[in-house]
Amino acid sequence: MTVTTDRQERLREGLGHSAKRPDGIPKVRGSFAFSSDLQADGMVWGHILRSPHPHARIRSIDIGPALAVPGVHAVLTADDVPGDKTFGLEHADQPVFAHDVVMHIGEALAAVAADHPDTARRAARAIVVDYEELEPLVDAEAAITAEPIHPDGNVFAELVIRHGDPTAVGEVVVEGTYEVGMQDQAFMGPESGLAVPDGEGGVDLHMSTQWLHVDRDQVANCLGLSHDKVRMTLAGVGGAFGAREDVSMQVHLCLLALHTSRPVKMVFTREESFLGHVHRHPARMHYRHHSLRDGKLVKVEARIVLDGGAYASTSRPVLVNAACFAAGPYDVPNALIEGWAVRTNNPSCGAMRGFGAVQVCFAHEAQMDRLAAALGMDPVELRRRNAMKTGDRLITGQLIAGTAPVAALIDTCAAAPLPAEDPDPDPMALPGGAGRTADRGRVRRGVGFALGFKNLMYSAGFDDYSTARVRLENGVATVTCAAAEVGQGFVTLAQQIVREVLEVDEVVLAPAETASIGSAGSTSASRQTWMSGGAVERAALAVRARLDAGEQEPIEETYEHHHPPTSPLDADGQGDAHVSYIFAAHRAVVDVDLDLGLVRVVEIATSQDVGRVLNPVQVVGQIEGGIAQGVGLAVM
Amino acid sequence: MSETATFRLHVNGTERVVEGAWVGESLLYVLRERLGLPGAKNACEQGECGSCSVLLDGTLVCACLVLGASAAEREVVTVEGLPNGDGDLTDVQQAFIDEGAVQCGFCTPGLIVTVHDLLERNPSPSDLELREAISGNLCRCTGYGRILAAAQAVVAERSGSGRSQRETSA
Repeated sequence: MTVTTDRQERLREGLGHSAKRPDGIPKVRGSFAFSSDLQADGMVWGHILRSPHPHARIRSIDIGPALAVPGVHAVLTADDVPGDKTFGLEHADQPVFAHDVVMHIGEALAAVAADHPDTARRAARAIVVDYEELEPLVDAEAAITAEPIHPDGNVFAELVIRHGDPTAVGEVVVEGTYEVGMQDQAFMGPESGLAVPDGEGGVDLHMSTQWLHVDRDQVANCLGLSHDKVRMTLAGVGGAFGAREDVSMQVHLCLLALHTSRPVKMVFTREESFLGHVHRHPARMHYRHHSLRDGKLVKVEARIVLDGGAYASTSRPVLVNAACFAAGPYDVPNALIEGWAVRTNNPSCGAMRGFGAVQVCFAHEAQMDRLAAALGMDPVELRRRNAMKTGDRLITGQLIAGTAPVAALIDTCAAAPLPAEDPDPDPMALPGGAGRTADRGRVRRGVGFALGFKNLMYSAGFDDYSTARVRLENGVATVTCAAAEVGQGFVTLAQQIVREVLEVDEVVLAPAETASIGSAGSTSASRQTWMSGGAVERAALAVRARLDAGEQEPIEETYEHHHPPTSPLDADGQGDAHVSYIFAAHRAVVDVDLDLGLVRVVEIATSQDVGRVLNPVQVVGQIEGGIAQGVGLAVM
Repeated sequence: MSETATFRLHVNGTERVVEGAWVGESLLYVLRERLGLPGAKNACEQGECGSCSVLLDGTLVCACLVLGASAAEREVVTVEGLPNGDGDLTDVQQAFIDEGAVQCGFCTPGLIVTVHDLLERNPSPSDLELREAISGNLCRCTGYGRILAAAQAVVAERSGSGRSQRETSA
């Protein structure tokens, strides 16, 4: 009886149950160590001087006045970078410190270490930079043909998708031009970290990030050190949403630590955080949809221009995603998609939740509404009629072999009961809230419907993998994996998976770091549950097999999990570039003041294909959080 | 630093001496960097996000907007000092865990202080009152749904309608 109870108790913490986060208690107590909470003996504070200009030539930088500030330990510029002068995720074009030209507002020019954060800030302000301001290039479409603003040119990536018959024409044609503005991830915990020199030329960096190993490699290259001389440990991460994929302060922190031979802490202010990481690409999208009179889609044409800002970051894969998912989750027999991601003097853009699929979603769904209006058809019915299903092909020619329950998502979402209209709403529930001037008589309720889809995991030929180790000793399982927990709950899932496989109660998670294990890949592209969860599961299964064969503890297994290989797109944008997809249907109910344009989002109903649910509360948390960020993009 | 001050703070029922602090340091900085109390968080440091919410003489404030020296001789309560009766956690803290209101956790301490403050003043807030009370606390992970659920669970529990509602909501 006791055994049964224990088993039931354990299963409550196993897969499919809303097991509690292992970091929940320290997080509610305020004792969880985020990267900005770290301290070390003898620590000094770092600060970065940033450009106030979007485009300027640097005539000179005089650090003398900063060095004269009492309490300053070091002032570093591009001359002090011993290794590579630039870094970048895909293409190393971002300078550690600008040295001849600044390419965007907020670009780093110098870094200061001082005994107090305010001393460091004051010293940075004392640095004298003589700029010759240059005309900034800020229009992304103009950038395609404009005079290059960088030796590598203005076009980060350009691609075409030709699918089916490019001459096909529909009976009904609708066109539109759509723009999406820049969006910031605005995670709550600003960039921060602590670099500690090891006294032997190496450095330990404790940092909030999304991908420890790729950070380490970029940092080591800029420091001119072998990769094993830089050891990165994940410090508590206050949200990410793509903004921690690129290196921000990592190199600067390590440089300061090595120069001062002291631990150096740096914490961005909120303003610096906005300046110091990439954003969602602004997009300008011209669309033309062709359909038959019965609503069946014949062809989608699109011309997509993404503003990548000053440096490359992940502009290329963002463009690949935008193009691949440009037509939406529909059966589209013919398509012509042309895309550019370009360099401008705007802030750099890269990864943000949705990664290119978000911008085109706004366009393809607005087009579907426009098409429904032209056809005199219910917009939900138009979507149902064209819904993608298993066995269809993407516009890249790739077969949708897995689940694609788009019609079911449409039906369940559309069937959700509509929220009741309150004839006498509280002023707080009016568009704009209390104290605004929304006139009840001019408030109308609108209902919108939209579909979206996106790839899971890295695509287009990237060798995407994760490494995990599981050790069983004295009935306790220890998981070692460098997957970055950024709030999504991988730590919960790792415990659930191991409990399930090994039937143990206690699962310890070793610190995520580079020294003890290989890469887990990035916490992005909705990939850690599948990739690192997969690696943890396989490692645990290997331990289980040895246990079942009668072997005695301790037993340890390490597994490197690769997803099935994908291919880059060919010259026509065709190829099996993706591993898997997620699909979503949303219905928005919005009150609008017709005169003032104030809006209140009353409700978002959603149906999503989430695969097997490993932790229901965490799935709901991801969906609700994602919707809130989408609402922010839509209405702010 | 040119202008420094030494002063006493009453934090979570304990007298703490702050020595040689630059007078421009915020209460948030003093708590986090000088007194070893990192629970109040540094998310915006401009009074927009509520992550550094603490009680100052019983009033909810953003610690980033209060000069540390100006809090001298006043009572400061941080998330580390919330009254938890005999238990390890307060009912609000427990509800945040149980309802899935914690993801990255950076907004969590400020929200917990804010919800405690609300329920002290208004034990049975309406949904709109609850939303208004936490409207000064930004969260970027959760979309607020589970946070509202956690607060509502505490309201139900304190009013005697029990824990069962919380257990079934997941």
